[in-house]
Amino acid sequence: MAARLVFLGRLQDVAGGAEREVGPGALADILTTLSPELALAITDERVRWALNGELIGEHGAIDLADGDELAFLPPVSGG
Amino acid sequence: MIDVRLLDAPFLPGQYVSSFTKAHPGLGAVCTFVGEVRGEGEVQALELSHYAPLTLPGMQELATSAVARFGLLGILLIHRTGVMHPGEPIVCVSAAATHRRAAFDATDFAMDHLKSNSWFWKREQRAGAWRWIEPRGEDYADLSRWD
Repeated sequence: MAARLVFLGRLQDVAGGAEREVGPGALADILTTLSPELALAITDERVRWALNGELIGEHGAIDLADGDELAFLPPVSGG
Repeated sequence: MIDVRLLDAPFLPGQYVSSFTKAHPGLGAVCTFVGEVRGEGEVQALELSHYAPLTLPGMQELATSAVARFGLLGILLIHRTGVMHPGEPIVCVSAAATHRRAAFDATDFAMDHLKSNSWFWKREQRAGAWRWIEPRGEDYADLSRWD
């Protein structure tokens, strides 16, 4: 089992894919395993985070467990 | 009635609007907006992506808040996802009310929120290359009219 990071919009291009499996653990540790460019992009203050489909108010310390899904949502453009 | 749909294939807005208005016999006013992929320029295709856990629930909340805010009889919200070509509908909003002003305003309100306050990401293809579309300042200005 693993946790999953989901990248929306332009973050997919930075990540090189729409999602990525990561080992469970503290997000701070997981971020160090990503490319600096990707870590910077997903921690940008304009990027919202959603853990298991629920928006998170502020970027903070998160521990990802097996099966968790953390989505990174850049500014939207619909319509 | 509140009718909210996320569609991943081309659709005919008239079909949905027709059954929506029939569900409100005796309505005083219905206002419908349809947005399509523009045919101008060199845009070959448009792709809308979404995040399933948030996008449809967010549209349902938007529909509920529009009904409450404008005292609507009902609202229809349809948004496409996936790849679209010039001339294909992307979005359709229809609001039914007893008087015209509420129907006009609710349609405008829903479109501003679908464009810059709903969970969609848009990119376009020109000369074979895909480019993400960033939200524009005027989209945020349109949205702020409703604060």
